[in-house]
Amino acid sequence: MEKRTDKNSYTILFAIGMVLIVGSLLAFTASALKPNIEENKRIEKQQNILYAMGVNNNDESSAIFVGTDIVAGEFKKYIKKQIVIQGDKVTEDANAYLIDIKKEQTAAKDASYQRKLPLFIGEKDGKIFYIAPIRGKGLWDAIWGYVAMDKDMVVQGAYFDHKGETPGLGANIKQRFFMDDFIGEHLKSPNGNFTGITVAKGNNDPINKDKTDNEVDAIAGSTITGDGVTAMLKSELKQYVPYFKTLKN
Amino acid sequence: MGLLSKKDAQLITDPLTDDNPVTIQVLGICSALAITAELKASIVMAIAVLFVLGIGNVVISLMRNIIPSKIRIIVQLIVVATLVIIVDLVLKAFAYELSKTLSVFVGLIITNCIIMGRFEAFALANGPWKAFLDGIGNSLGYGVILIIVGFFRELLGSGTLLGFKVLGDPIAKTGVYAFGYENNGFMLLAPMALIVLGIIIWIQRSRNEALIEH
Repeated sequence: MEKRTDKNSYTILFAIGMVLIVGSLLAFTASALKPNIEENKRIEKQQNILYAMGVNNNDESSAIFVGTDIVAGEFKKYIKKQIVIQGDKVTEDANAYLIDIKKEQTAAKDASYQRKLPLFIGEKDGKIFYIAPIRGKGLWDAIWGYVAMDKDMVVQGAYFDHKGETPGLGANIKQRFFMDDFIGEHLKSPNGNFTGITVAKGNNDPINKDKTDNEVDAIAGSTITGDGVTAMLKSELKQYVPYFKTLKN
Repeated sequence: MGLLSKKDAQLITDPLTDDNPVTIQVLGICSALAITAELKASIVMAIAVLFVLGIGNVVISLMRNIIPSKIRIIVQLIVVATLVIIVDLVLKAFAYELSKTLSVFVGLIITNCIIMGRFEAFALANGPWKAFLDGIGNSLGYGVILIIVGFFRELLGSGTLLGFKVLGDPIAKTGVYAFGYENNGFMLLAPMALIVLGIIIWIQRSRNEALIEH
């Protein structure tokens, strides 16, 4: 005799039941936890921005953010102004750091859309930092980060992160030895044109002494992630060039 | 072993030695290649699989009499995926840092063939307690291999262990680097994981003739 569980009707009913149970379970969990997750992401953004301008708890070798309990206060203290650049228009917006860069990048594919470019202006020990968010593609998934610059577009600090780069290889873009190489590096060539920073193989400069060559040393075994960082720096920061020109006057 | 009967204890010990899921059954190779470039990632993955396989095996075993055989593979896949996603969401809400470390592993856990393999071969035919032990045993067997491979790849490839520079500083030329030692960057690439794995299999089979297939 045929087993009960082999019947087609049973199979279909089971499949429907399972989908309903699992679907509602997941939907319930996701929506119940959403406020917590959003809050964690918001705090992380603030930590990232502060990290780029050098407000962090770094020890000798690892990257450590300011604590989640004090980050809101520190963010208020160090970030003096948040602006949104849209073409020639510059507006102040205290929530500019919440702008979704991914959405802006997608919307900007439509040529008629004027992309919103957030920029955070921080001040620490009398020095002014201009911090821009960037986002691009790595090998497997998205990579993003924050770059702190001075008014001449010389990098003062950088933070990179990734969604799913290979551990031990591409994932190392968020390690100190890589991020710290960017500090002091020029985004402009000596004659003043915007060139970006290339993550270069074989530039014979492993400890990055030459800060004006627009190159930092790549990580072995992560060529595509490195190229992604190069491309992201170039295409994203280029859009801020007109704003930085206005600072000169 | 007062706690477990001899047969139950074997469920845990066999996968650690002569029935290892990676070196004998040759399952889970994909994740063994992908994440063993550093020791920390290997350990995190081993713990994550331990968790998912332990619980997943019990769930599948409890459902074994009601799962329609025609769609059992899909049902197994749904169980793993649901477990993994719920864990990931909970971590994101309450242990954000940890969830960032795990991010890349989530997809790898769902597709790990050891998990599907144990559901199919063991949990569907055995009771929950046995299935639980089998899950723990197999994930430990997997974890041990992962950690051995990760240990050698990180040590020889980057000169570090868990991020600590155990061999000295390659740029400042201290420690063994002062004598002209160089890191082998090739160790960081996936093919070397296969070669390290091959060496482990070779050692294991040369010690136990019974494992050699003729």
